Amino acid sequence: MTKDTIISAKNLSLTFQTNDGPVHALKDVDLDVHKGDFVSFIGPSGCGKTTFLRCMADLEHPTAGSITVNGMSAEDARRKRAYGYVFQAAGLYPWRTIGGNIRLPLEIMGYSKSDQDDRVNRVLELVDLAGFEKKFPWQLSGGMQQRASIARALAFDADILLMDEPFGALDEIVRDHLNEQLLHLWDTTHKTICFVTHSIPEAVYLSTKIVVMSPRPGRITDIIDSPLPRERPLDIRETPEFLEIAHRVRDGLRAGHGDDV
Amino acid sequence: MRNLLPVLTVVAAIFVIWYAGAVGLNAAWAKDKAERAGVTLTFKELVADTWSQDKPKLPAPHQVGAEIWKTTGAMVAKGRAFSKRSLIYHSWVTFSSTALGFVLGTALGTLLAIGIVYNRTMDMSVMPWVIASQTIPILAIAPMIIVVLNAVGISGLLPKAMISMYLSFFPVVVGMVKGLRSPSRMQLDQMRTWYASPAQTFWRLRLPSSMPYLFTSLKIAMAASLVGAIVGELPTGAVAGLGARLLAGSYYGQTIQIWSALIMAAALAAVLVGLIGLLQRITLKRMGMA
Repeated sequence: MTKDTIISAKNLSLTFQTNDGPVHALKDVDLDVHKGDFVSFIGPSGCGKTTFLRCMADLEHPTAGSITVNGMSAEDARRKRAYGYVFQAAGLYPWRTIGGNIRLPLEIMGYSKSDQDDRVNRVLELVDLAGFEKKFPWQLSGGMQQRASIARALAFDADILLMDEPFGALDEIVRDHLNEQLLHLWDTTHKTICFVTHSIPEAVYLSTKIVVMSPRPGRITDIIDSPLPRERPLDIRETPEFLEIAHRVRDGLRAGHGDDV
Repeated sequence: MRNLLPVLTVVAAIFVIWYAGAVGLNAAWAKDKAERAGVTLTFKELVADTWSQDKPKLPAPHQVGAEIWKTTGAMVAKGRAFSKRSLIYHSWVTFSSTALGFVLGTALGTLLAIGIVYNRTMDMSVMPWVIASQTIPILAIAPMIIVVLNAVGISGLLPKAMISMYLSFFPVVVGMVKGLRSPSRMQLDQMRTWYASPAQTFWRLRLPSSMPYLFTSLKIAMAASLVGAIVGELPTGAVAGLGARLLAGSYYGQTIQIWSALIMAAALAAVLVGLIGLLQRITLKRMGMA
């Protein structure tokens, strides 16, 4: 663990007790995430990638091992509002405008009124939604709603962004566009991002580090440091380097699946 | 306006059945009278008689209409809208305890729902009592409430409002428990990630989410409240209120008076429930939830 380690998991295990016996959602997971990393977690359903993200967010409590976020326990990090969390669904409140939705965490955290206004304007510009402050969620498309929810997670001073399949419900074209925007956002805001996904191209395109996971028990099977440059146009996805990483991810996923495919 | 024709059709059907029913039910008395007078009635005379008796078994709609006009519009014209013979006065009395009971019931129901949602002990213990309270016939318990409250020196509006409250808090508890629990797992987790306090989660998420449930409950509560107020007026000695009119009417066999009080009560309920519906439409539209 070095000075710029943001998230560090050691021998992390989480076992759910169910009526059908214990389920090992995570088993002996070790991982260090460094400042400014873009880490993707990829794997089939049940591999524990979302559970791992929820452990970082203190929404789930590990049954063994330890996890630190910003050098403190996950719970302290949550109390200090160290991260913004973007869920699979945008989860905007229908009774609040887009601006009001982004203002919601700011109100809860007690930012001053003028500070709130500044921040709302800034993040709306950041996600390319300037001018939509007074609109209601139902007036926006699914992609725009998800952008608003990202803006909401960026509005307060958290340098970690945890994203749980944020683009999973969107179509391919919108998804490509949002991926490009997200990379740009990561580049300009210097956040550390942990990103859960099902999609191999998405993981390879976005990440500096790809964590391949496999189920039963949920564990890490491969960690790939991406050699791709920070600047990534969409057509980088046709280069041999890109395809090589994608290939390695696919191999990792297949190996993890073992004989139950 | 598209709905006008079906509505008018139903209304017309009700009138036809009502008039026919009046003929059928009142014919025996008309024939009895005719027999004693030693005359035979033609069908036309029979119908005319059944629709114009003083104390018919079932008064015809125009008799009820005339009685309602006599005790409302005509009283207003004479400047005596709030005299004791005016249905407006009696409706006002019933409305007062309905409204007070409704407000108290909504407050009690909401408080109980909050307790049930936030406190595990209340969750386990209160709900069975709430349900049990509604299995007791209100007619049995209403006189007790009046007598007990009278014994401690409370009389007038409040005891009747208590009976309204007793009936109206129930739908509010049930609806609000469901409503306050309606935010999804994800929305509650999201609040956790912001380290929101329980109060912030309540005011900003749970309460707004419960609004559609609240309004549905309020409509039922308002109707129940009116029933409670009328029932509460029966054992108070039938001094004032629509319930008192019903009781007095049945003492003296004044069926026309009973029916006009019934129609007035139905109209009052329709207006009150309609007002809540209007409030619901405006609120939910403004909240983007309609």
